[in-house]
This record gives sequence, C-alpha cells and structure tokens, in this order.
Amino acid sequence: MAMIGQPLDRIDGRAKVTGAAKYAAEFRVPNAVHAVLVQSTIAAGSITGFDLKEASDMPGVLAIITPNNAGKLTHPENVPQAVAGPLLQNKDILFNGQHVALVVAETLEQAQSAASAVRLTYTRGEAATSMDAMLGQAYPPKHFRNGARPPDTSRGNADESFATGAVKMDATYVTPIEHHNPMEPHATIAAWDGDRVTVWTATQGISGVQSTLAGQFGIDKANVRAICPYVGAGFGSKGNTWPPATLAALAARTVRRPVKLVLSRSQMYTSNGYRPRTVQKLKIAAAADGALLSMRHDGFSSMSRPSLGEFAEPVALATEMLYACPNVAVTHRLVALNAALPTYMRAPGEASGVYALESAMDEMAVALKMDPIAFRLKNYAETDPHENKPFASKALRACYEQGARAFGWEKRSAEPRSMRDGNILIGWGFATSTYPTNRMPSAVKIRMEKDARVVLQCGTQDIGTGTYTVMTQVAADTLGIPMHHIRFELGDSNMPPGPVSGGSMTVASVSPSVQAACRALLDKIKDRAVAQPGWGGQSRDGLQLRDGQVVGIGQQISLATLLEHGPIEAEAKTQPGDEKKEFSMHAFGAQFAEVRVDPDLGEIRVSRYVGAFDGGNILNAKTARSQLIGGITYGIGMALHEETLVDQETGRIVNTNVAEYLMPVNADVPDIQTIIVPNDDKNSNPLGVKGIGELPMVGVAAAIANAVYHATGVRVRKVPIRIEDVL
Amino acid sequence: MAKTYVSATINGESAEFLCETQQTLLDVLRDVIGLTGSKEGCGSGDCGACSVIVDDRLVCSCLMLGVEAEGKSITTIEGIANGDTLHPIQQKFLEYAALQCGFCTPGLIVATKALLDENPNPTETEARYWLAGNLCRCTGYDKVIRAVMDVAADMRGEKVA
Ligand code: FES
Ligand code: FES
Repeated sequence: MAMIGQPLDRIDGRAKVTGAAKYAAEFRVPNAVHAVLVQSTIAAGSITGFDLKEASDMPGVLAIITPNNAGKLTHPENVPQAVAGPLLQNKDILFNGQHVALVVAETLEQAQSAASAVRLTYTRGEAATSMDAMLGQAYPPKHFRNGARPPDTSRGNADESFATGAVKMDATYVTPIEHHNPMEPHATIAAWDGDRVTVWTATQGISGVQSTLAGQFGIDKANVRAICPYVGAGFGSKGNTWPPATLAALAARTVRRPVKLVLSRSQMYTSNGYRPRTVQKLKIAAAADGALLSMRHDGFSSMSRPSLGEFAEPVALATEMLYACPNVAVTHRLVALNAALPTYMRAPGEASGVYALESAMDEMAVALKMDPIAFRLKNYAETDPHENKPFASKALRACYEQGARAFGWEKRSAEPRSMRDGNILIGWGFATSTYPTNRMPSAVKIRMEKDARVVLQCGTQDIGTGTYTVMTQVAADTLGIPMHHIRFELGDSNMPPGPVSGGSMTVASVSPSVQAACRALLDKIKDRAVAQPGWGGQSRDGLQLRDGQVVGIGQQISLATLLEHGPIEAEAKTQPGDEKKEFSMHAFGAQFAEVRVDPDLGEIRVSRYVGAFDGGNILNAKTARSQLIGGITYGIGMALHEETLVDQETGRIVNTNVAEYLMPVNADVPDIQTIIVPNDDKNSNPLGVKGIGELPMVGVAAAIANAVYHATGVRVRKVPIRIEDVL
Repeated sequence: MAKTYVSATINGESAEFLCETQQTLLDVLRDVIGLTGSKEGCGSGDCGACSVIVDDRLVCSCLMLGVEAEGKSITTIEGIANGDTLHPIQQKFLEYAALQCGFCTPGLIVATKALLDENPNPTETEARYWLAGNLCRCTGYDKVIRAVMDVAADMRGEKVA
C-alpha cells in the first residue's frame, strides 16, 4: 500500500507526548553557563556609558559584554540574511528594546539578577514612532523580493480606467504589528572548540545559521555546526539568524565556556522580527455587469531604521495575479521608524495583502449588488493575467464550489443585519485565499545498513509541520519497504543542506531529493546484484526489489546476502527546473466564516468555519489537516485578537507578554471544517505538492471582516476588529 | 549562596534536591533534576506549557518556587505514561494529530489529565474553558478537543461512534 497520502500518525509524536523530544535549550552541555540580555529603554540616541559596578560584583558573574568590550565580528553586515544588528558592535540606539549588553553568570538566576543591575546612560535622539505621521516620507524598498522584481508594477492604465468605472471603491485598510509568538522562545547554546563552534539553536534554517555565524566570526562554514532536531514552531520568527544566536556564540568565546542564552517572552518582542504594520490603499472600478476595469493597490509597511536591514511586506502581489483585470497598478513603500527590524510572518505579504484585497472585493460586490462568489467568478483568471502564463494548476473554482456547498452559502440572505438567532446578529463572510508555490534546491544522503534498515539525512527542519513523517512516507514508497525500517534524520548542518523551513516549501524542496536518493540507492543495490556470480548479462533495469529480495530473470538474491558485502550508500541533489518560467505556480483556497455578534455588547464570536483548499497533492492527510486548522486559527487571531501596541511617546511595546498580546485560545475557536480539494500539480514539482503552511491563514481575516459587515452593516477597515468598532 | 534542601515526591518516586531559594519549580525540574518535558513558554503563568500536577492541583510550575515543593507530590509529563505504555491521553493526542511542534503538548496533556481526574465527563465547552490556559500556536486546538472528548469517553468505558 502506498504510504503517500495516508493519514499517518507523526513519527515524532511519541517523543513529543512523553516530553522526551529535546528542544534547543534542553541539550546538556557540560560546564555551560547562562547569559541574559539587557535591552535599551529608549528608542533613539546613543549610549554614553555603563555603570557595571554593582552588577559585576554580584555572585557568579563571569562577564558583562557591552559595546565597549564586545569582541569584534568580522562581517556583522555581510551575512546572507540581511539582519545587521544589534550585535553590540556600536553604541547607537535605534529602537526601544535593543540589545545593549549581555550578562554571563554561572546560573540563570545569577545572570538575571546581574542583568537587572546593569545601569546605562544615554543621550537621547529624536525617535520616529508613529507610522501614520511618517507616511509622507515613505520610500521604495531597495531589495524588494531580494531584487527578483521591482516594487512597483503595472499593466494597462489603472488610473485612467478607474474613471470609466460604473461602480468604484477607494478605501484604506490597516493591519497592525503582529508577533509570531511561537510557544518556544528563542534559545541557543553555543560551545567553542578552538575555532570551531557548535550551536544548538531554535531555528527554521540550520544552513542559514551556519553561513551567518561563519561570516560573522570569519571562520570556515565547515567550522560551524548547527543542531536543531525539534523546534517549538517559528512562523517566520526563526527563519533568519537573529542576533541572540550570534551573541551566545560571542559570549561563549569571551568566557571560554559553553553559553546558554534563552530569551524571555518579553524579549521576543524586539529580538526576532514581527509582521510589520501596513497601510494599504485600494482603488477598484468595475463595469455595471461586474467586470473589473481597474485595480490599484498601494502598500506601505513599517520598517526599522534602514541600517538594521530591510524587510518589505509584499502586500500587493496577489492583486496582480488573482483576477482577470486589464488595468492594474501596485506599489510597495517602506516607512522607517525607530523599531526593530520586521520579518516574514506566516503568509508574509498575502496575509496582510489579501485581507485588504478581499475586503475591497467584498465592498465592490456589495456596491454591485452581486453575490460575492459570483463577482469573483465573473473575474476568474484562467491564466495568470500579470505574467501571461498558464497556471501550473488551479482548482480554485472547485474550492469555491465545495466550500460554498459545505457552508450552505446559498442560504445566505444578502442584506446586512438580515440573519439573526434571537437577538444575536449572524454574519456570513467569504474570501479567496492564495499563496505562491515555492521550491529550493536540497540534498539528501541515504544509507542501507547491513540489517536492511535505511537512514536518510537532510539538513532540513521539522518546525512542527511533519517533515520527519512525510519524508519517511516518500522514502517508503520509493524504496518499497515498510516505514518502520526507515529513519529520516534532520536538524544537523553536518548533513547535506536543505532550505530554510519557510515559504511553505519544505515538502516541495526536500521530497524530490528523498525520491532521487532512494532511486540512486535502489540502483546501487541492483548493481551489486548483477555483479553476483551467475547474474552476468542481466540488466539492472530489469530487476525488482520485492519482500527483501532482488528479483531478476530466473534469479533472486536476498538483500541480507547482498548487504553482507557492507552497507550501501547514495546521495542526491535536486533543484527546481524551468517550471517558474513556464508556469505561474500558486495554491488556492476559499474561506467561509460565520460570526455571531451581540448587538448590545458588540462581542464578536466566530461560530462556524469552512475552508476549502487546493494545496496540490497532499502527502499526509492527518498532518495536513492539522496545518490547515492551525492556519485558520492563526487567521482568526489576525481578525479579532492580535495586535502589538507601541507607546508613541517612548517607542516601547507595551504588551510584551502572551496575556496582553491576545492570541486565540481553545475557547475562541469554533468547529473548523477543512476540505482538501484533490489536485496533483506535477507541473510545479515531482511530488505535485503546493505547500499548505501559509495558505490556510490567507483570507481568513477578510472572510471574518466581511462576515462582521454582513452581521452588523458596519465596514471595519482595520484588524483586529474590536468590540468598540462595531458598536 | 546557600542552597535549600527539599524533599518531595516526583512522579511517584521520592526525590531530594538542593535549590536556590529564588529558583522556580520549573527551573528545578528542568535544570536541577533534568526533567525537561515541562516547558517554559512565558515564565509568567500565561501559557500553560509548564503545567504540572501538585497534590491533585493543576499548577503552572513557573509560578511556584522549588522550595515550595517540600513534602508535595508532583506529577510531570514524564510521569504520565506507564513505563513504555502511553497513557490513553497521550495515545489519543497521537491518533488525533493533536500536536505539531509539540512545545505546548506536555502542558496540554498534564492539564487534560488534571481535568479528567476532576471531571471525567466534561462537556466540550468545559474542556475548552479548562484548557483555555494552555496556549497552542500550531494546532488550532480543534484536534486537541477531539482527542480530549474521545479519551474521556474511553476512560469512562464508553464507546464513541
Ligand atoms: S511557562 Fe508557566 S505558564 Fe507559561
Ligand atoms: S503544537 Fe506547537 S504550540 Fe502547540
């Protein structure tokens, strides 16, 4: 029976339900000491001095590392991941909560006490803390999409055609700063041995850790080993190699002992990126029959000071691609603030951008008096209207149909406030979801041991998404041997490299190499068989591996006998081909939300949810569904809960904890129905997968915002939607 | 600094340890005793990842001092299974895929155990509110609740359809 597609239990599940799984902070490294970060309390200026007397006299303190004494990094900026600090290399203060010192002590408690006794003096500079006040000074990103495309694009003439529309909308949508808040805080243990360093670190990309540390410390990549078998999730916050990992290594080199640095939850708010705030201006015009004539999407996203790096939220890319509209213009701008550097967060670009786009499309449908789905179908793009290419595959129509049927959409009455349950207002909202299909190169090593068990290795990560399990399934099918004879290992940079676990691309990137490595192994097994005495003349390609036997014409030999000559090893590398040139590659989905709003109290509850997704081939229905439900829940958070609040006076984040940074809890989440729309996208990659990590969260906030409008008649153009917005 | 001697029962076995007076029970479990199954997600009582059962009460071990464990009986995630045999709650979490990254999972399982010890027949709403103090950023909770309702029925000896 084929393992691919089965709803199998997670291979890593047992370790996780028993508490045996080891996360970065949990490795026992002999002689390790503890480091605690000290962070700035002003948003702009420079450090004029430190008073370390009290702190350094405290028990157990081994070192206090400040910009005055920190070891110099070879290439603080010249690292692959565009995070240039703060690394204690200078005394400039660019945001509130910036790392300014690192205290190392024998125990965690000693380091914490001493960290609280570190005193600094500053000269204060002028801080820009309000994005709205700075919108006029927005500037185009310099490295938009790493230079792969310009920040502004257009087709036709969006502005002229806008004037000719029978129905128009022109509105601004705002999304807040959000923090990933993976449940595992960042943690690194760093240990040097001469000029070689080993880090156990919570990361979505061990290869990135390896090259970043090598660059920063000016050592050979081979001298950096990054280990990360389990990650307590990341959602983008562990995609880059952020300063704490580097600082742990710096501290370990300073005190000449292994150093463990675990961020507090509060420090996580200024240490490892966040989803930037966006202000998005949408202008859409359509003919009276609903045909789109013009779309304009101008996106502004908040940034740090440019010297810390660059991240631009690519909010308007879906707008170019999603609808067959002849005239489209999109722009992307940055607004520099005294804030930490933002970064990718689950469904970067699309989560924020599709919220605005699909809210605007709902406003258009209302203005046109069209059913929101009918309006989308009227403008359905059969081919990518921006790149003028066919889609690698697109089952969006089926997502609309199957989602609508499961939700009971045809029973919706269009008028706002027209559906009630007693006093409670009921609203039904809909939105489209989409996320690009990505793939990167990867390499896999495989070895069949003498007992015919197989070990595969790839320096990829399992951030909770099921990599261990899914790759074992792929290997089992390709080799034709049971899963429990196979072990897939990951999370060690000594293994052949895999890509960062982000952009929903792990399965698409790594599984082709798993397949290729398995095939290479099979070939070697067969080579060994035909080299046996008496097998002369048989061609390798005619052989089969069946029930532990290599079977040829009139001959067979057991694997066990073949393996008496020693284990068999193979390695394979795969990379994307020309598919991106030929096809436009995207996953799609349809999101349906029901909300219940108390008209007197304004309380909004999501009471029912249906999401239908074309994520390409689904390799494991169980882990996939878990991802889909988790993604929708993340979207519920965006719609109704999550917002990082910055005090405009001090530039300080005020809700740096998971009690006041509201996230969905168990009692907030309704019954969620997910529909996997069958598709197999072999145009995109050999396994036909599209990736489902980000897709399920895209459009959720719009579906809920549209449902809130339908329930209340109030159009809220920002998230999270709060009680006071609908009263 | 002088350490304090503490004697307690951990997962059914008597345990003696020395700890600093300011060390939390969570840090003692993780760093002194080496039971790293309990996680620190916040250190402030907000996430439930550090949940343990202390004398039949569900407690955030990050909010309790190690020295307060004196004379108490503590159950951590490491004490839930029976040797190599998973507890039914653990088994159902596996079957329902009620975990992804797994960081919240020990806390959720311990909290579920405390729930079912106290209320073997919870309604779905009761289960959701009991577990509302255990944050999970990955799963969306739905499967957790399916697992909890199913295992509760199993443990009551009922068959669910
Ligand atoms: S670590 Fe104890 S509640 Fe979060
Ligand atoms: S499984 Fe990752 S936080 Fe719950």
